[in-house]
Amino acid sequence: MNAISRLTVAGLAGLAAALAFVPAYAQQQDVVFLSTQLRPIEEAQKVREVILKGFPGKVTYLVEEPPQFDVRMRAEGQAGRRTVSLAGALHGELSALQPSGDLQAIDDIAAKVKDRGIPANLMELGRFGTGKQVYIPWMQATYIMVANKKALQYLPPGADIDSLTYDQLEAWGKAMTDKAGKRLIGFPAGPKGLMPRFFEGYLYPSFTGGVVTTFRSPEAEQMWTKFAALWKYVTPNSTSYDFMQEPLMGEEVWVAFDHVARVKEALVQMPQDFVTFPAPAGPKGRGYMPVIAGLAIPTGAPNRDGAVALIEHLTKPQTQIVTAAEVGFFPVVKAELPADLSPGIKLIASAVAKTQNAPDALPALLPVGLADKGGEFNKVYFDAFQRIVLRGEPVKEVLEAQAGVLKGIMEATKAPCWAPDKPSQGACPVQ
Amino acid sequence: MSGRSRFLPYLLLAPSVLFLAALFVVPLVETIAISFSDNGAPTLDHYRRMAGDLNFWPAVKNTFLLVVTVVPLQVAIALGMASMLQKLPRGRDLVLWIWTIPLGVSDLAAGLVWLALLQERGYLNSALAALGLIDGPTQWLTYETPGTLFVGILLAEVWRATAIVFIILVAGLQLIPKEYREAAEIFGASPWTTFRRITLPLLKPSLQTALILRTVLAFEVFAVVYAIAGRNFPVLVGEAYVWQRDNQAYGVAAAYAVLIVVISLAATVVYLRVLRSRTEERS
Repeated sequence: MNAISRLTVAGLAGLAAALAFVPAYAQQQDVVFLSTQLRPIEEAQKVREVILKGFPGKVTYLVEEPPQFDVRMRAEGQAGRRTVSLAGALHGELSALQPSGDLQAIDDIAAKVKDRGIPANLMELGRFGTGKQVYIPWMQATYIMVANKKALQYLPPGADIDSLTYDQLEAWGKAMTDKAGKRLIGFPAGPKGLMPRFFEGYLYPSFTGGVVTTFRSPEAEQMWTKFAALWKYVTPNSTSYDFMQEPLMGEEVWVAFDHVARVKEALVQMPQDFVTFPAPAGPKGRGYMPVIAGLAIPTGAPNRDGAVALIEHLTKPQTQIVTAAEVGFFPVVKAELPADLSPGIKLIASAVAKTQNAPDALPALLPVGLADKGGEFNKVYFDAFQRIVLRGEPVKEVLEAQAGVLKGIMEATKAPCWAPDKPSQGACPVQ
Repeated sequence: MSGRSRFLPYLLLAPSVLFLAALFVVPLVETIAISFSDNGAPTLDHYRRMAGDLNFWPAVKNTFLLVVTVVPLQVAIALGMASMLQKLPRGRDLVLWIWTIPLGVSDLAAGLVWLALLQERGYLNSALAALGLIDGPTQWLTYETPGTLFVGILLAEVWRATAIVFIILVAGLQLIPKEYREAAEIFGASPWTTFRRITLPLLKPSLQTALILRTVLAFEVFAVVYAIAGRNFPVLVGEAYVWQRDNQAYGVAAAYAVLIVVISLAATVVYLRVLRSRTEERS
């Protein structure tokens, strides 16, 4: 008996020690900076060694995948034992934490960084429609198209790669399939891919001029029919792709759409093999989605002063330029990018600039006010895609059914419309 | 002294009982509670949403399809392997050791290994191309090729989890006294008769254990499928994961979890009834 209970005691002691270890690294004077962005080891090292260089205090930079980030932030709040002083995450990830009260108001910091020149519409996003600043914009990115140079010979005659239309993309796909003998367009429609953003920020705005209000419009029906036609030239492996950089490097696909951070490796490693360009345009314009990462301070942060100083450091124009050069996320403040960027980052920067400055550019904001229903919102669009394009169900029926789900989400969250939908009184209506 | 010994067994069991209660019963009760409530109010909404989802019936179908193909296949293969092992005069330990290697591989790793074999630029295609059987990279694992996708998952599951059945059956076979078989031989029973009349009935308790274990685990199949098929082959646990992680709808995820528990329990009860061994029947 003694031996066994000793074992049990030892086990429990081990467990207790493991639990006690968690906050042990959070020394009082440290700023624990927890981020869902810049997670890969090389990028995290860049943050620690380059981006945070010159910051006077000591920072513990930790990364966490979005779901674990969410759980940790909530759990620390519920336990009343906060270790994280600064949280860096995407707009949508932070918005999920706002209703639970895990993020504090930081209007004082908003006033402090006023002279940085962060555009008013970005600051507005950081308020989640609450009137109080919840996060300070940190860095931005968007989605671009990347093509292998071998694909360029099949571009339809007369098409300008920097102002493609969806019709031309389809013709291009057809030409590649016919001549090269396989389907060479790729989309990130895998389990961790960002495909829903393509529907919300690109396809829907380009074809219907809206995202929510126009969900089951006649234009949306035409759009899905069109996209199903384009999908004939898309590799069926797409439903396994999470990041497009590997299939691009392995030449499994020649033309791909993805978030800049998810094609960066291909562009940095083989800049001479690829061209970059904006996503195509539809009848209503060239929809595109700016992606914003923000910095927020959790409620009860152990080192608020350190976090404030860190926000000031990270939003300095000089730091923002270094961030762009090192990890490919672009400044949210007024800052000139240096001319000597690496060729890969230059490819990204040029496509981003071409997207933003396109005459028919139609910015589609990230969903605002969905709180923790962001995942279900994405599911509405992805389910529509699965049913219409992959399973061949009738367009109208699917849109009717999915519109019901969408309506439920909008009414439950009372989220007002965001661009490009017209502003609404109360919950954004599904027409 | 006697008082102490009466309580001793309970004392010894207490830590493990408490441990299981804290880490199994409590979460189970909470999961059931989450699945039936929405902001504190009782509801069946999560179950309605689960059943109404586009992936629900495919997930049910795929999971059952896997169970009814993988489990019998594994039991048959494991029986064959265990019987062959019995006949080995020498080197039994080495063969046993090699056959049980997959036991030490995590299921996600096993899935990734098979993905590396079967994917478009995998070893299978390289081999087939070298033999001149295919022209170029062929896709086996997409939503357009559900047949080969299923076979791929089946192969991986059989490869990964047959060893556990095998181990249990080997242990069971070793418990059968040699005298029975020797007696059968003396009376001129054929090997097949010996197997059917002696080995199989005496192996029943082990078979029952193996079947329950494998079936319950097969209903919980996830990592292998996730690695090989992603979202192309929905299964129940995978859907629970997606609802929890991607959709952040914990109620629906909990509903899936409860469904899986119910199915596993039902399967266990069925096995316990159907395969009741004679000693149990008597007592």
